[in-house]
Amino acid sequence: MSESDQRGGWLKRLRSGLQKSATRLSTGIGDIITKRKLDEQALSDIEELLITADLGVEVASRLTRNLAKSRFGKEVSDEEIRTAMADDIERILAPVTAPLIIEPDHRPHVILVVGVNGAGKTTTIGKLASRFRQQGYSVMLAAGDTFRAAAIEQLQIWGERTGCTVITRPAGTDPAAVAYAAIEQAKAAATDILLLDTAGRLHNKANLMAELQKIVRVMRKLDESAPHNCLLVLDATTGQNAHAQVDTFRELASITGLVVTKLDGSARGGIIVALAERFGVPIHAIGVGESEDDLRPFEPRDFARSLMGLNP
Amino acid sequence: MFESLTSRLGEVFDGLTRRGALSESDIKTALRDVRVALLEADVALPVVKEFIAGIETQATGQAVIKSVTPGQMVVKIVHDRLIEMLGAEVSEINLNAAPPVPILMVGLQGSGKTTTTAKLGKQLVEKHRRKVLMASLDVRRPAAQEQLRVLGDQVLVPTLDIVVGESPVKITERAMRKARQEGYDVVLLDTAGRLSIDDELMAEAAAVRDAAKPVETLLVADAMTGQDAVNTARAFHERIGLTGIALTRVDGDARGGAALSIRAVTGCPIKLLGVGENLDALEPFHPERIASRILGMGDVVSLVEKAAETVNRDDAEKLAARLQKGQFDLEDMLSQLQQLKKMGGLGGVMSLLPGVAKVKKQLAAHSVDDGLIKRQEAIIFSMTRGERLRPAIIKASRKKRIATGAGASVQEVNKLLKQFQQMQGMMKRMRKMGRKGALPPGMAGDLSALPPGLMPPR
Ligand SMILES: Nc1nc2c(ncn2[C@@H]2O[C@H](COP(=O)(O)OP(=O)(O)OP(=O)(O)O)[C@@H](O)[C@H]2O)c(=O)[nH]1
Ligand SMILES: Nc1nc2c(ncn2[C@@H]2O[C@H](COP(=O)(O)OP(=O)(O)OP(=O)(O)O)[C@@H](O)[C@H]2O)c(=O)[nH]1
Ligand SMILES: [Mg+2]
Ligand SMILES: [Mg+2]
Repeated sequence: MSESDQRGGWLKRLRSGLQKSATRLSTGIGDIITKRKLDEQALSDIEELLITADLGVEVASRLTRNLAKSRFGKEVSDEEIRTAMADDIERILAPVTAPLIIEPDHRPHVILVVGVNGAGKTTTIGKLASRFRQQGYSVMLAAGDTFRAAAIEQLQIWGERTGCTVITRPAGTDPAAVAYAAIEQAKAAATDILLLDTAGRLHNKANLMAELQKIVRVMRKLDESAPHNCLLVLDATTGQNAHAQVDTFRELASITGLVVTKLDGSARGGIIVALAERFGVPIHAIGVGESEDDLRPFEPRDFARSLMGLNP
Repeated sequence: MFESLTSRLGEVFDGLTRRGALSESDIKTALRDVRVALLEADVALPVVKEFIAGIETQATGQAVIKSVTPGQMVVKIVHDRLIEMLGAEVSEINLNAAPPVPILMVGLQGSGKTTTTAKLGKQLVEKHRRKVLMASLDVRRPAAQEQLRVLGDQVLVPTLDIVVGESPVKITERAMRKARQEGYDVVLLDTAGRLSIDDELMAEAAAVRDAAKPVETLLVADAMTGQDAVNTARAFHERIGLTGIALTRVDGDARGGAALSIRAVTGCPIKLLGVGENLDALEPFHPERIASRILGMGDVVSLVEKAAETVNRDDAEKLAARLQKGQFDLEDMLSQLQQLKKMGGLGGVMSLLPGVAKVKKQLAAHSVDDGLIKRQEAIIFSMTRGERLRPAIIKASRKKRIATGAGASVQEVNKLLKQFQQMQGMMKRMRKMGRKGALPPGMAGDLSALPPGLMPPR
């Protein structure tokens, strides 16, 4: 039995993760507007509740103003107001919801995984590998993080867990060389999917971003269309700095989608609402735990309703 | 990482300073901007609210004072309060206990615990000449123990042998035993990342704490953390009991409001800053430096200059003229005190000047504070005009009356008179040296250059 089953399924866990905040949300709004008119004070409290979920001041205030337009001065119930807000949020998130599509004509379909330090890249690769294997694909992993201590060993363990070959080079090797060797090997073995791990890098470090661009340049020597996906792994605990992360990785590494990790924690990940509005980068999946089956498709409705403390 | 917060707040204050005299509604506007700036910097909302509320009460009380703009008052108060909230002084890792001193590292997944453990180990060995043992209690994450072992090899700090299948508490006990037997000074315990809402793992961390009885328990937190910083910090503090904070990824460009949030909810000092992936990228936390970075010292300094300019020029010129003639009485002393107060009090003036932390501490040690200025003022107010112009006539009975009127003791009146004499003496000396001006220049850097009235009596 998997870890997630033991704990009652991801959704329950996601919800229970949001439980505290949900209770806070509902109590907060309930106190103010149950059997009452929606007034300035109530609106400002709702705005603040959105801010505490990391939506950011601007988005929180815009969403609140929208809500006011249609309902200001009206008698509204707690449930109604939360549902309306969840609907608005869902409308923002729906367009960026997109599963990760594996194109069969690429062999391998190369997925480059990038992000700042400790976001959950390597773990996400393990989870993706597990899912692809379950879907019947042949998968190879490449240990492109040759910098961080024991990063290669970490990926090797994920390889063992998921039954995937892991391409490695000694620590300190140029990651571009690892990428090259991995594509070569994956091509030779006609592997369906190659997942390439990279070292964590802060987006404001020009040399590290250049290193990433070199990885892409070198892999294109073997396959001009590679990478077929470049996933930015984003930690849900991140605050407004996520804007800069997405902005820079989008510009310098042409990311094609996001995976949002650690949504099983107390952080509510509201930043993705702001990111969706501003960048429109697709969200492919979310991470809700540390084990291999803790990867879930992103469901905007569930996410929005959870954010507002409503049952999915 | 604090750069962007600095520039954001800088904009706010630019607006304030250029507008000159501000109404109370301007204070409100300014604080609205400050609120947005802090929220955009990821300071948690409850912390922001408390911060703003504190400033609002202070600012509204003080806004009536002439010749200091409300904007300057806001700057001074925001700045003071930022420093206050970040913690008044540098806080070092506490090693004051019988060896082996256990230090426990805790935090969310991926926050930088293992890396920070190795950095700290390296620093304790190289800078503090301690014999350090590191142990990984992370039996969950793939290759976590191996990671610490590799790092230990890199920084030449021994790590506890890895025994597969051992529980975190057992590893802790083995580490402490080995440290005692082999004469280690410090044991660094690196733990697995855990969510604050994961009861099972929080209980495990508490069990490890009970086994190790750490002298320091450091929460390792990412500077990029958003609003959740307060929840996480509070939960870790409640469940495990923190003694300090290590803030990582300060080399990023996050605005770093999490520092303020975590500090505010735990009350624990921020002891370490992680400023890179390399193993010597660890710095002590200087609250004043960081607060200054947050505020932008350049702006603040120019504000002080402006504040100095707003000091009533007439008064200053009159005083200068009198000093030229060798005249200095208690009314002059009073007007000096009042000018100081207008500029936001001694503390305000001092904290607005760069590099005055030391002086400020010195002053605090001698209990020279804004309260003193107010008491001295009250004593002078309690005198008749004749007494102020001719202090020599103030004898025992007058002293008693003055003291009663000011709600002070006769000793305090004596102290003031003595300080007045010192001040008078110094003014005379200054005249001889051909210097003029109400406030001696360079008072920030050199305590002895302060007006003697503000010098602690020996
Ligand atoms: N709770 C929780 N933990 C996660 C999740 N994803 C990853 N983690 C944990 O986060 C920590 C960091 O994960 P990694 O996969 O090593 O992160 P990374 O981005 O590869 O890190 P670097 O390579 O060092 O930059 C590990 O302890 C993971 O187990 C998630 O969705 N939920
Ligand atoms: N840029 C930067 N990276 C850091 C800093 N501190 C740690 N890192 C990186 O952050 C990533 C995660 O660090 P770890 O030390 O493995 O984090 P951890 O808290 O032990 O992670 P778990 O054990 O999985 O919970 C690694 O890639 C580190 O190199 C820092 O101050 N600056
Ligand atoms: Mg990794
Ligand atoms: Mg670790």
